[in-house]
Amino acid sequence: MTNATAMQAASAVPGIPQDDDGPVFREPWEAQAFAMTLALYDRGLFTWSEWAAALADEIKRAQAAGDPDTGETYYSHWLAALERMVAEKGVATAQTLHRTRDAWDHACDRTPHGQPIELRASDFHD
Amino acid sequence: MAHDHDHSHDHHHDHEHSELSETQLRVRALETVLTEKGYVDPAALDAIVEAYETKIGPRNGARVVAKAWTDPAFKQALLDDASAAIGTLGHVARVGDHLIAVENTPQRHNMVVCTLCSCYPWEMLGLPPVWYKASPYRSRAVKDPRGVLNDFGVTLPKDTEIRVWDSTAETRFLVLPMRPAGTEGWSEERLAEIVTRDSMIGTGLPKAVP
Repeated sequence: MTNATAMQAASAVPGIPQDDDGPVFREPWEAQAFAMTLALYDRGLFTWSEWAAALADEIKRAQAAGDPDTGETYYSHWLAALERMVAEKGVATAQTLHRTRDAWDHACDRTPHGQPIELRASDFHD
Repeated sequence: MAHDHDHSHDHHHDHEHSELSETQLRVRALETVLTEKGYVDPAALDAIVEAYETKIGPRNGARVVAKAWTDPAFKQALLDDASAAIGTLGHVARVGDHLIAVENTPQRHNMVVCTLCSCYPWEMLGLPPVWYKASPYRSRAVKDPRGVLNDFGVTLPKDTEIRVWDSTAETRFLVLPMRPAGTEGWSEERLAEIVTRDSMIGTGLPKAVP
């Protein structure tokens, strides 16, 4: 299913960086953002045309704010579109995402180098 | 163990702590929230990412090693300052600062251990293998590097010293394996094909020459 979904995405969503075999990623987090999007699509949260529109919107917004549009920032827009989509579909508010981001930051700070970084309830209390 | 990192860079980072970039924090936050709410399964996400294992990052390590084997000036530059040397290869994507190349010799074999944060040179090596992220590898590699190497099927001469390098978020290591005998006159492209990921982590050797 994964591969079929990925191929669908690659043909339905403009601009996904790819080679002959399909999508390619510059950094691991890009693949993680892509994977979450595939999973949410498979859950029926949105259609690819909805996703393409949300992404285009995010890119337009970034360009208006001076994004150089070299392709290097493609997945930054993708991530922003994903956060927005999750909020618009009522899955999680921007505040929840932000709070969780801060908790991860806190978890990072208290985790000695070399240990797995794990989130604890107490990370949310700062 | 090497801990002589450069403390002068302008990163607001306490050295003993882990670090994630702003983007990585946002990606983790999304994954956490989507998992809690039952929208995604982390194992399924990992499976998707692993399906792209060979498609993430430029994975230029093998080409860099092959060039070092064939070009002594480049090899010296690489050992002096790996980030800068790799930066001079126009067609190779940038790597993070503080990449250090460590050279295997008959006297010394280098092996790299790392952590679960951002200290793996994925630009050079692609995604870290699962075992590399596992804590048994990390703890055993420090205590019993020869045993770990044996598990990987690598047996070194008894008098070869094994040096274990501990990556940090800012200082990362690339092992420069020894060029196998029997490869005289090979092109860089052909040499690059025998440079495995594990040989650049130090848990393997270049592929056997047929």
